[in-house]
Amino acid sequence: MAERTGPAGSGTPAIRLTSLRKEFAGTPPVVAVDDVDLDVRSGEFFSMLGPSGSGKTTVLRMIAGFEEPTSGHIELAGADVTKKQAFDRDVNTVFQDYALFPHMSVAENVEYGLLVKKVSRPERRTRVAEALEQVRLGDHGKRKPSQLSGGQRQRVALARALVNRPTVLLLDEPLGALDLKLREQMQVELKGIQRDVGITFLFVTHDQEEALTLSDRVAVFHAGRIEQVGTAREVYESPASAFVAGFVGTSNLLAGDAARAVIGREGSFAIRPEKLLIAPAGDTQRGDGLMGAEAVLEEVVYGGPVTRYVVALDAGARLTALEQNTGASQAAAHLRRGERVRIQWNPEHVIDVPESASR
Amino acid sequence: MRRRRGLAALLGPPLLWLVVAYLGALAVIFATAFWTTDPFTNEVVRSFTLENFKELFSTTYLGIIGRTLLIAALVTLLCIAIAVPFAFFMARVAPRRLRGLLLAAVLVPLWASYLVKAYAWRTMVQPDGVLDSTFGATPGYGFSALVLTLTYLWLPYMVLPVYAAFERLPETHLEASADLGARPLATFRRVVVPSLLPAIAAGSVFTFSLSLGDYIAVQIVGGKLQVLGTAVLQNITLDLPFAAALGTASVLIMVLYLLAVRRTGALENL
Repeated sequence: MAERTGPAGSGTPAIRLTSLRKEFAGTPPVVAVDDVDLDVRSGEFFSMLGPSGSGKTTVLRMIAGFEEPTSGHIELAGADVTKKQAFDRDVNTVFQDYALFPHMSVAENVEYGLLVKKVSRPERRTRVAEALEQVRLGDHGKRKPSQLSGGQRQRVALARALVNRPTVLLLDEPLGALDLKLREQMQVELKGIQRDVGITFLFVTHDQEEALTLSDRVAVFHAGRIEQVGTAREVYESPASAFVAGFVGTSNLLAGDAARAVIGREGSFAIRPEKLLIAPAGDTQRGDGLMGAEAVLEEVVYGGPVTRYVVALDAGARLTALEQNTGASQAAAHLRRGERVRIQWNPEHVIDVPESASR
Repeated sequence: MRRRRGLAALLGPPLLWLVVAYLGALAVIFATAFWTTDPFTNEVVRSFTLENFKELFSTTYLGIIGRTLLIAALVTLLCIAIAVPFAFFMARVAPRRLRGLLLAAVLVPLWASYLVKAYAWRTMVQPDGVLDSTFGATPGYGFSALVLTLTYLWLPYMVLPVYAAFERLPETHLEASADLGARPLATFRRVVVPSLLPAIAAGSVFTFSLSLGDYIAVQIVGGKLQVLGTAVLQNITLDLPFAAALGTASVLIMVLYLLAVRRTGALENL
């Protein structure tokens, strides 16, 4: 098995995609992936985020070798694998439906990759035991997948892939089938395991919160193209396009007349909901240098730790504001639907949003 | 109370049918096998004897039973050998339209009369028949012709369950196997075949038992070949208790076969 760093050194990206394109047959052909260029660094937790049909899963499937690109190149640790079959690529996949073999026990499932690669029996034993221990299923080896819960199956799928020590681990919406609590727990475990093994994780998800929490960097996909690549903070705080601003986090978009009236400039702007302060109308004493606008409170949704306010600006846009329910004296706490309010924000938090990503 | 009576009314008739027509008949065959016939009048004499079963173990009848088992096994193996690639092509390769046509090609012969199909094979294998005039050679009536005909007759019973198993096999299982480094042949052996086994076992129950019980095709294409079915037929008029013993033997063989199949766990997933 190839060493992760490889002869090319640690500067070589774990994955490099060059003008990767995939068209599916049809009249006209459907362009699922539209000339994507991407470098994923070695040892990185990298997420591909986007709505369904944005091409992120197709990119993953091309890297795994399940789909053949229409054009373009795929490099793994510096070696071109575009023409290689799935079984010849040093990547392993965690499938959305887990794809555990039902006729094999948990241990046999995990052993499978080592078995077909003719690893010796004693080494198989130790590595399978290690992998099961790593996902906290040490004593479940003899069970059949059908006797496990969803979360346990998920962990078997993870162990089955990791036991092969691949250059890159591909994860195709692996948490999609789990309920919320389990999902959050698995996110923490996944991040911990990635830190421990140091393998590059390429993670596909449509859940922006999941992508932001887990990833070192995120690529936001839209209509077969990458709109932005960056750290969670970059993607959230300075979205490169209106799409990114809207898809990552709640979209509070000001454009056209509303932008001119409120911001005083031409263009499109976004302000994150938690950056908006809300106060009764006429209350202008909070802080210096804040910008503000008059509005009508349309909706108050109490959500435990936070309350969500939807306001209609007099200038003609609808914004969402999130306020932490800290318990400190909050003028906002007594606001009622239909009341006139004043919303304020720090001009620093106004994000200039290009209409579409520059290409 | 009313619900229970309703249930009894619903289940009563089919249960009665099962007990009287199937189990009853089996019991009568079993009991008859221990009787004997008067050698002069050919009348059944109802006195207990094990003579019939002793005769089953004579060389003649052991030979006939062995031959019948061999035929049933060969037919089953041939059906598996043809059905697995065929069903694979149908379920995984063929475009939707062709799949429908192939499925029809498998099903339609089931609606044709068994006799018509057997006689069709007779005209194929007979001297100067289709095979002879086309290829210049024919196995003629006998063992090979019978195996060929039975394979043709029972093939759909193997194709259909195997096809269904291929349909049920998730694409991601094949992808996962390749992803873990298995070449196509290893994937076939370690992932595809194990998920087909229950279907193959189910199909083989049909092909094996139908071949075991056949006595018509053998008369049409088998020439002078003697199998269990023909032996039963010949003894029915002359020696009914012995015919019953032969019948009991084939029932026993089938029971053993089913037990063996059940041990593989195949029947749990039918």
